[in-house]
Amino acid sequence: MTKYWISSETSVEINDAPDVNAVHFNVDDKNIMVSAGQTIYEALQRMPGIGEIPALCYNPAIRPYGACRLCTVEVSEDRGKSFRFVASCLYPAKEGQIVKTNTEKIRKLRKGIIELLLARCPDVRVIQELAKEYGVEKPRFSLGGHDCILCGLCVRACQEIIGKSAISLVNRGIYKEVAAPFYAYELGEECIGCGDCSYVCPTGAIIMGSNGKPVLPRVKIPYAEVGAMTSKEKLSTSQK
Amino acid sequence: MDSELDFATIQAVIENSSTKVEALIESYLDKKEQLISLLQDIQSEFNYIPGDTLVKISQKLDIPLSQVFSVATFFQSFSLKPRGRHTITVCLGTACHVRGGQRLVDKIGRDYNLKPGETTQDERFTLETANCLGCCALGPVVVVDGKYESQVSPDKLDKVLKKYE
Amino acid sequence: MVEQVRKLLDRKLKNALQLEQLRQTILNDKDSSRVTVSVCGGTGCRASGAQAVVDAFYEEIEKQELQVKIEFKETGCHGFCERGPVVVIGPEKIFYQHVKPEDVPEIIAQTVINGEIIRRLLYKHPATDEEITYESDLPFYKRQMRLILGTNGEIDPTDITQYIAAGGYSALSKAVLRMSPEKIINEITRSGLRGRGGGGFSTGRKWQSCRVAEGDIKYVLCNADEGDPGAYPDRSILEGNPHSVIEGMIIGAYAIGSNQGYIYVRNEYPLAVEHARIAIDQATDYGLLGENILGSGFDFKVTINKGGGAFVCGESSALIASLEGKVGEPKAKYVHMSEKGLWDRPSLLNNVKTWANIPLIINKGADWYTKIGTDGSKGTMIFSLVGKINNSGLVEVPMGITLREMIYEIGGGIPGGKKFKAIQTGGPSGGCIPEQYLDTPVDFDELKKLGSMMGSGGMIVMDEDNCMVDIARYFIDFLKGESCGKCTPCREGLSKLSEILNRITHGEGRPEDLETMQDIGEILDIGALCALGRTATNPVLSTIKYFKDEYIAHIRDKKCPAGVCRKLIEFSIDPEKCTGCGVCARACSTKAISGVKREPHVINQGMCIKCGACFDSCKFNAVIKR
Repeated sequence: MTKYWISSETSVEINDAPDVNAVHFNVDDKNIMVSAGQTIYEALQRMPGIGEIPALCYNPAIRPYGACRLCTVEVSEDRGKSFRFVASCLYPAKEGQIVKTNTEKIRKLRKGIIELLLARCPDVRVIQELAKEYGVEKPRFSLGGHDCILCGLCVRACQEIIGKSAISLVNRGIYKEVAAPFYAYELGEECIGCGDCSYVCPTGAIIMGSNGKPVLPRVKIPYAEVGAMTSKEKLSTSQK
Repeated sequence: MDSELDFATIQAVIENSSTKVEALIESYLDKKEQLISLLQDIQSEFNYIPGDTLVKISQKLDIPLSQVFSVATFFQSFSLKPRGRHTITVCLGTACHVRGGQRLVDKIGRDYNLKPGETTQDERFTLETANCLGCCALGPVVVVDGKYESQVSPDKLDKVLKKYE
Repeated sequence: MVEQVRKLLDRKLKNALQLEQLRQTILNDKDSSRVTVSVCGGTGCRASGAQAVVDAFYEEIEKQELQVKIEFKETGCHGFCERGPVVVIGPEKIFYQHVKPEDVPEIIAQTVINGEIIRRLLYKHPATDEEITYESDLPFYKRQMRLILGTNGEIDPTDITQYIAAGGYSALSKAVLRMSPEKIINEITRSGLRGRGGGGFSTGRKWQSCRVAEGDIKYVLCNADEGDPGAYPDRSILEGNPHSVIEGMIIGAYAIGSNQGYIYVRNEYPLAVEHARIAIDQATDYGLLGENILGSGFDFKVTINKGGGAFVCGESSALIASLEGKVGEPKAKYVHMSEKGLWDRPSLLNNVKTWANIPLIINKGADWYTKIGTDGSKGTMIFSLVGKINNSGLVEVPMGITLREMIYEIGGGIPGGKKFKAIQTGGPSGGCIPEQYLDTPVDFDELKKLGSMMGSGGMIVMDEDNCMVDIARYFIDFLKGESCGKCTPCREGLSKLSEILNRITHGEGRPEDLETMQDIGEILDIGALCALGRTATNPVLSTIKYFKDEYIAHIRDKKCPAGVCRKLIEFSIDPEKCTGCGVCARACSTKAISGVKREPHVINQGMCIKCGACFDSCKFNAVIKR
C-alpha cells in the first residue's frame, strides 16, 4: 500500500496496481495520483501547495507553447539516477517519474530568467512581483522599455480560441514583436474586437482602444508606406 | 523615371506583372504548405516581395495574412523593401571574419553610406551580409549579383564595385 | 551507345541485371586511350574563375579537334579550394593549381599531348619549396581518406552515367532487391555510423525507431541547411556528388517504409540546388527513383525545398516547421520526430554527410566500415579546414586523427610563420581549443570533453593575430541575429551577452562581467528551448576557460593583446623605418596619413578609423599597431 495525494488536502492509500486512467508520480518527495493525459504543469495546477511552479506564457484554454521557460523543472525517469530539465507546461506527466520543482539549480534558473525579463520590462508589475519573490533586486544589464514579454498568448488566443489570426509574432530574435500585418496602426477587418488578446495578456501590454479594437504593444512602419512602394518597383523591375 | 513613361506603358507593365504574380500564386493552389518556396519565386521575379502580393497570397491560398506576414519577416532572404539594381553580399562567416570580412562592410558603409540591409538612394546597390557562403578557403568573399569574388581586399573591392553601375 | 542501350531497355531500368548491363556498356564505351582532364567546378573554384578555364578548354579542344584524344569534364569540388582553379590530368593525376584561361593551350600542347609537366603550375611545398606533381603526393591529400569526397573529383555531377560508371546505385540495387529492411537497418546499426549533422546519434537506432513507429505515411528528410559559418562539406557533396545523397535517401526510405523524401537546402547554395535537381530528374528517368524502382515494386519520390535563410532551421523541429510553410521556430521535442515529425507523421531526418555514407556501408559492409575510426566514432568525417592555415579546403579523415596532424600535416601549418592560438570546431555553438590539446584525437566524444563539439565539420584555425574576445563577440552576435526569439533565455540572454562583449571589446569592461556572462551561460544551458540556445554560450564559456588572460587584458588593462579590437589599439608610423613611399597614404580611405615624399609620414589620430589598411599595405613594417 502506498499513499498518494489526489488533491492538496486529500490522500488515498492504494495497492500499486496498474490503472490506465491514472498516472502516479512523485513531486518534491510527495507521491501523487492524477488522471492520465496531462502535462506536469496541468496536473499540479489542480493541487495548490504541491510543487511550486511559476509561469507566464501558460493559459489553460490555450495550447502550451514553452516560451517563458519559468516553469522548467527537473525530471527523472530512471528512479532518480539522472535528472534533466524540461518545461513542465509541455512535458507529459508519466507513470513513475520523479519531479523536482524547486531545486537550487531551478531557483537559480528562474532568478536568471526573471532578471532578464525585468531588464526588458522594468515597469511591468507582474515581473516586479516575481522579482521580489525570487530575490532579484536590480538587473545587472541595461534596461529596456518594453511591456510585452513575447509570450505569444494574445496571438495564440486570437488563432485558437477566436479562430481569426488578426495578429502574429513577426520578425525574429531580438526584433520579434506582436504586430498586425504590415505593422498597421489600426487592426483591420480580421479583428472582431473581442478583446481576448488583451484579456489573456499577463503583463497588460495590450489595452483596448476607443475604437473597440486592441492597441498593440508597439507599432512600426504603417502599411501606407509599404504599399506605396509596390507599383513603382513593378515598373523598374519589368523594364530590365 | 516614372515620368518618362507614358500612361499606356505603365498600364501594360502593371498588368503584366500582376498576371505574373497571379499565375505564380495559382501554381501553388494545391500546395500551400510550400509558402516559403512561393515567396522565393516572387522575390526572384521582383527582386523583393511587394506588399500587395502578400495580400493576394493570403486570399488565394486561404492563409491568414498575419501568418504570411509572419513568415515573410522571419526569414532573412526575404525583403519587403525594393532593392537596388545590384546586390552586394559580403560573407561574414567565421573564416571570412578572421580574414577581415568586417572591414569590407565598413568600407562599403563609408564609401556608399550604406548599412547591411539598406539600399543606396540612387538604387544602385543593396548591401547584404551572409553568415557563410561556403567558400571559406577563399575568404574574404564578396558576391555581387551572384558573381563570387575571392580574397577581396578593400582595394580589390573598389575595382569590383566600379564595374556595376 | 549508352543512349541506344537505354532505348532498348525502354528507358527505365527494370532490374539489377539491366543496371549492370548499362554500367558495363558505359565502361566499354569509354576509350581508355583518351586522356582525362578534369576541372574543378565547385563553388570555391568557380569563385576563383574556373568557369573561364572550362570555357577555354572547350574552345581549345574544339579548335584543335581533340575530342577523340581528350575526355574533358567539369567535376565537383576537389577540396583544395584555396588553390583553385584546379585542373587534374590523366590517370596519374597531375595536379595544376591557380590555372588561368591563358594557360589552357599550353596545358593541352605540353601536358596532354606530350606528357610534359608545366612546372610553374605545380604546387610548391610552403616549407621546402619542393614542387609536387601528382595529386596523391600533395601533403594536403596524403593523410586523407577520401571515401565520400573522392568521387567528387572524378565525375561530372550533372551526368548520371558517370556516377553509374563509378559504381553508383549498386548499393541501391543490392538493398532494394536483395536485402530486407531489417537487414539494412541491422547493417547500418552494426556499422556504428553516427549522425554527421552534429548530434552524433546512432543512425541505425534512429532508422529502427522510425521503422517501428506507427503510421502508413512516413517521410525521409535530408538536412542540407548547412548554416554553420565556416563549414561547407554538405554543399560540396550535394554539388559534386548529389546521386550519392539521393541513393542513400532511397535506401533509407526503403528501410523505414517511406515513399516521399525532402531535401531541405540553403537558399545560399544555388549550385547545390541545381545539381540536386538535375540528379533527381536523371535518376527518375533511369527508373532509379519514382515508381517501381528497379522493378522492386518500391516507390519513392524526392522533392527539393529551399530554406528561407535562418540558421535555426538546421535544428530538426524548426526545419520541419519550415518545411510545413511555417515560421522556423523550434518546438520542444518531448515526442520524438521518428514518431511525430513532418505533418505529425514519423520522419527520418539525416544530414547530407550521413546519407552519403549509406551506399558505402551497404556496398562494403558494416565489418569493413567499423575498421575505420575510433571505438565510439566510426568511419571518416569531412571537415572544412579554414582560417589561418596554409592549405585550406575540405578534408576527409578517419575519425581519431589528432588536431595536430590536421593542422600541421594536412593543413601545412600557419602562414607567415605566425603562432597558432586556437582551433574552433563545431560551428558557432562549438568551442575554441587551445594549443595544449592539439594531440586530442578528433571524434564525437573527445571534442565534447574539451567543451566543443563535432558539429557539422567546421574547423577554423586562429593565430596570434586573432583576438579571442573578439571571436566570442563575433559568435554571440551571430547567434543573437539567428535566435528565433521564441524563448526568453536565448532571446534576452544572447542580447545581453552581446551587450557585455561589445562593451569589453570597446574597453568598457567591468570586473564583474566574467561572472555575469557565466551566469547567463548557465541559464541558457539548462533553460533554453532548443539545442541552438542550449549550446549558444559555448564560444564564450570556452574562451573564458582557455583564454581568461585575454579577457582580463581587455577588462582591466584596456588592451587588446592581438591588436584586433579597434577602440583599444592605435596605429602610428615608425619614422626610422618609414621610407616615405606614400603607399599607406594612398591606402588610407579617410586621408589620415600625410607627409612629404621620401620623408617619414604621420597618422592623424583624430582622423584614423583604425581600419588597418596602412598596416597591411606597408612593405617596410613601418606601421606600428599598439
